[in-house]
Amino acid sequence: MFLGGLTRGSIYALIALGYTMVYGIIELINFAHGEIYMIGAFTALIIASVLTVYGLNALAVLVLAAGAAVIYSAAYGFTMEKIAYKPLRRAPRLSALISAIGMSIFLQNYVLLAQTSDFLPFPALIPELKFWRPYSHLISSAELVIVVTTIAAMVGLNILIKFTKMGKAMRATAQDKDMALLLGVNVNRVISQTFIIGSSMAALGGILIASHVGQINFYIGFIAGIKAFTAAVLGGIGSVPGAALGGLVLGLTESFATGYVSSDYEDVFAFILLVLILIFRPEGILGRSTAQKV
Amino acid sequence: MPAHRPRISIVSELRQSLVASVWFMFLTFPIMVIRVNTIENTIEWRWRNMVLIGLGTFFLSFIWRFFLRRREAGRKKAEGGETQRLTLTRRIIAAREVRRPSLVAVGAFVLLFPFLFSTYQTNIMITALIYVMLGLGLNIVVGVAGLLDLGYVAFYAVGAYAYALLNHHYGLGFYSVLPLGALLGLTFGVLLGFPVLRLRGDYLAIVTLGFGEIIRLILENWNEFSQGPSGIAGIDRPGLFGLDLDLDLAMKYLYYLMVVMVLFTIFVVNRLQNSRIGRAWLALREDEIACQAMGIDKHKTKLTAFGLGATWAGMAGVIFAAKTTFVNPASFTFMESAIILSIVVMGGMGSIVGVTLAAFVLMLLPEYLRAFSEYRMLLFGACLVLMMVFRPGGLIQKVQRHYEFHDQGPAGRD
Repeated sequence: MFLGGLTRGSIYALIALGYTMVYGIIELINFAHGEIYMIGAFTALIIASVLTVYGLNALAVLVLAAGAAVIYSAAYGFTMEKIAYKPLRRAPRLSALISAIGMSIFLQNYVLLAQTSDFLPFPALIPELKFWRPYSHLISSAELVIVVTTIAAMVGLNILIKFTKMGKAMRATAQDKDMALLLGVNVNRVISQTFIIGSSMAALGGILIASHVGQINFYIGFIAGIKAFTAAVLGGIGSVPGAALGGLVLGLTESFATGYVSSDYEDVFAFILLVLILIFRPEGILGRSTAQKV
Repeated sequence: MPAHRPRISIVSELRQSLVASVWFMFLTFPIMVIRVNTIENTIEWRWRNMVLIGLGTFFLSFIWRFFLRRREAGRKKAEGGETQRLTLTRRIIAAREVRRPSLVAVGAFVLLFPFLFSTYQTNIMITALIYVMLGLGLNIVVGVAGLLDLGYVAFYAVGAYAYALLNHHYGLGFYSVLPLGALLGLTFGVLLGFPVLRLRGDYLAIVTLGFGEIIRLILENWNEFSQGPSGIAGIDRPGLFGLDLDLDLAMKYLYYLMVVMVLFTIFVVNRLQNSRIGRAWLALREDEIACQAMGIDKHKTKLTAFGLGATWAGMAGVIFAAKTTFVNPASFTFMESAIILSIVVMGGMGSIVGVTLAAFVLMLLPEYLRAFSEYRMLLFGACLVLMMVFRPGGLIQKVQRHYEFHDQGPAGRD
């Protein structure tokens, strides 16, 4: 149960990163982020099926499908920002949020109409690791891959934000957009980069969970998005380690709640947790509360 | 000021459109072109879609850029201090000589509608009227008070299930449940509003969304209480003094009932908007902090807006249950909230005429254009984005009341 929660939590954390980064920089809840994750999973499924039909070996399929999913998700994230958010940079926050909801509905129905409304079986892309077999009673090799990938992605992202020039520009933009602009940071480019990185992380999460669960449909992004958002808020929105911690806490809570209480209400627990945090500690576990200034 | 007009060169325009078109062909390639059949392991290539996307994007990107430029120009003008001109639609609505005859015509049409058209059409009209009511109710919360409520459908579900359950178990009639539904909606609204209204705008949106989903999931899973996903069937239609009405007459009666309800709603909302509390809502939407400094109780004001909105959803829910005689949780998904929100946004947050028209357009168009109804949600989504980008004020923009201060005192001149 603990390990199940850990796996689940890692995925939420991967998706939560996109929310947290975007919110940190432009203070927008990117409602359509869950859809990016869904599109990542769909792209991986389509590319993997095509390659399998043409008879490539499993490893090549995995690498190419994952690559395509990440590239396409990043491209969707980038385009979405240009169409739905960039023209609203100076508009009230509510407008941008409504625009994001519109984008989310649009993308869901786009996949629904272009593909199918049924659940599609997702191939087990993650290969069975041979060396892990003796320990597989502890944690299955697919779950191991998920947890390790998440940790690697988190560490990588932290290094990127802390030590590279791009990361520095991102932090500067998050602190004060106008000041960053004055100091020669290309704010528009930084925002695009944020969307690209966040979307690629979501795609990664999409492939991992889809191949773990084994089926996808056009609606998976909605619930996953809400849960990832919960994770981001739980950890303190805007903070990258917070997203990881939040994802973990949410995953474990869900896993234990479904185990001890009832599995019918799996999604209800996440929502209740979300409502409770927002009411009692809206700044999250690792966040700092900020007073609103006039 | 012709000097400030940006020069548009044809070559760069063409190039931009070409880039957009190639980019979108790339972007939509896996999802639009390839369809895999995972059972038989066959692939279907749909190259025609790619060509359509390419051509479509090429032309649409011209329009997109044209409107973006127009928007920029409009903004510059507004900054330059030019007063806002009234739009044509607005002027038509305001003109007295047009107004009276058109009101009479609309009134006559509304009254005669069930006799001119079939029961099926009346049925559709009732649905549209329910959405007008929902739209106007949500309009109080989102449009006037500026609180984004994404779980509005929860209150609608509360009303519908209240009537369904009370009728099913205790045989209570429509008229006794209608006020009860309103009361229940209000109670739920206040109960939810009490803790969450302290939150900032975007957090509020997510919490209300979570609340809406919680209500739906409970209805779906708590079988002993709500009969789960299979729902409750055989709910009574509203009766008329104990007369036994057949389906046709019952629908006609429900239609008139609905017209009365909508008129009542419009009356109340209209009166509210110009009342003290209505002004407080508007002020709260514009600037919360300034509003508090003016001595308006923020929590109380927000709570009234939230509660009143929920009351209307509760009533609409009761009517919905009475109309379909069947309720199940599938009628109360997030998509329903999104549709109601699109009505309010399309109608131009806060404008009663706009919201009413938008509800009719959004509900009736998909009914009469069957071919197009498949794309309904796709277009709703696109509409939300486009409205926010190009016309945040909605189809019929609300004219803000202006009060100007003319200083005529002796200190005013130098």
